[in-house]
Amino acid sequence: MALKIVVENCTVCGACEFECPNAAITFADDTYVIDPDLCTECKGHYDTPQCVAVCPVPETCVPA
Amino acid sequence: MTENVISLGGLQVTSRDALSKAMESSGCESSACGTSDGPADMAPEVWEKVKDHPCYSEEAHHYFARMHVAVAPACNIQCNYCNRKYDCANESRPGVVSERLTPDGAARKVIAVANEIPQLSVLGIAGPGDSAYDWRKTKATFQQVVQDLPDIKLCLSTNGLALPDHVDELMDMNIDHVTLTINMIDPEIGTKIYPWIFYDHRRIEGLEASQILHERQMQSLDMLSERGILVKVNSVMIPGINDKHLLEVNKEVKKRGAFLHNIMPLISDPAHGTVFGLNGQRGPTAAELKELQDACAGGANLMKHCRQCRADAVGLLGEDRGQEFTMDQVPEQVTYDPSKREAYREWVAEERGERRAAAQEARTETAAAVTSDADAMLIAVATKGGGRINQHFGHATEFQIFEVDAQGVRFVTHRRCDNYCVGGYGEEDKLELVIKTLEGIDTILCAKIGDCPREDLAAAGIEAIQDYAYDYIETAVSAVYRARMGQPATEAEIA
Repeated sequence: MALKIVVENCTVCGACEFECPNAAITFADDTYVIDPDLCTECKGHYDTPQCVAVCPVPETCVPA
Repeated sequence: MTENVISLGGLQVTSRDALSKAMESSGCESSACGTSDGPADMAPEVWEKVKDHPCYSEEAHHYFARMHVAVAPACNIQCNYCNRKYDCANESRPGVVSERLTPDGAARKVIAVANEIPQLSVLGIAGPGDSAYDWRKTKATFQQVVQDLPDIKLCLSTNGLALPDHVDELMDMNIDHVTLTINMIDPEIGTKIYPWIFYDHRRIEGLEASQILHERQMQSLDMLSERGILVKVNSVMIPGINDKHLLEVNKEVKKRGAFLHNIMPLISDPAHGTVFGLNGQRGPTAAELKELQDACAGGANLMKHCRQCRADAVGLLGEDRGQEFTMDQVPEQVTYDPSKREAYREWVAEERGERRAAAQEARTETAAAVTSDADAMLIAVATKGGGRINQHFGHATEFQIFEVDAQGVRFVTHRRCDNYCVGGYGEEDKLELVIKTLEGIDTILCAKIGDCPREDLAAAGIEAIQDYAYDYIETAVSAVYRARMGQPATEAEIA
């Protein structure tokens, strides 16, 4: 259970990085990447995954 | 815009005379945003804050330059006039940027610019993204920059949603200027502008989103005003959505202590991929904007010299030298040399004093020569900055418009004649564009103009005058006005 970032859609704004409660998102090779081992889709933290809620581009943070 | 570039930075600035001479030979700067009030019109502590800030003082914009660094790309709201995927090096408008910077890269870039552009006085963080939401990067950048340039003015632009959480830190960092973008004070209207906000770990849509945004914006404005931080309110004028409503916004922000209100026309184009661009929402015409600005008389002071610059703009307001300072041109190691900025500031202190005295003298002379009810006149000026008529007609990418009557000379607005992406137009096409730009104005003052364009302008009913080359704008405009009103200019003014 984890999310991934669709690289073509990502604007590299980084909002997801600091909203992620699990520090699962890092910047690498010109884009942001979600570590599937750390991602919990925010279960236990928030009602909705924070990266999905804050991302300005639809269909960018999607189920892996 | 390279022909609009002033290269004072490359000059050996050793004295005021040398600088004056250099400006006469190469021209100096271009102008751009704020109140045209001088030190006589405001409290000394306020003048101290705005006198070097080109966006907060119309007078300062003739002398001082700003730079924006795009270090804070994350945003907490979605606006229908913004598309976060858009980016173009040839485009000049808010939120557009060609490269994003780390705080460390931004600090190096500021030093590189300060070494080259002695007019630099302000560092702003103005998107893309929200400087108060992406606060850690904003703060880290400011902290690094002031280590090397303790006298630079720090400035930020925000939608206000996250700002109340950081106002105390703004105070700690001596930030005197904050721009709040406020497009409505009625959340119902907000629903047509903001599809969603991200707040308190939730994406919120509809009326609730605009309600929260509105409350936080008013809270931001109140908190900043209480602490003496000068607030410029930016509003995007969107015909049919908030155009009439902005009159109420103007009154409300004045009541809450805003220093300036900057009403900007919506820039809308399907190619930008914004919601407004794609659904055919148009921007206002120049006449509609002017009508709204006129209707706001008596409310918050309006800024009329805004150029709606890019989020990585560098230079005086009417120019953008950002492409000279992309990170690949900024050295890894760069050391700040304060001498040019110091020399420039000394020069400005004397020069603006003399300009003010000359303007006062011209006003007195005009008042004596012209009846107080004589019609006002609009005059276009080609200037590279410094408050002088110092630009060749053919090099002008914009004209500043001044209004003159028996009470004096006032900056009204600027009109651009270099609409982006006009590459491919020939000289004649450009002249047609200029004539269209000057609609309603029959006199233009410039440092020099060729015979052909002067004749073409004359055929269109516009008189181009180069007799006042390198004079102060106010002196020259006053002299032309007196001449038109039946009083000849004195010899000293023509000389």
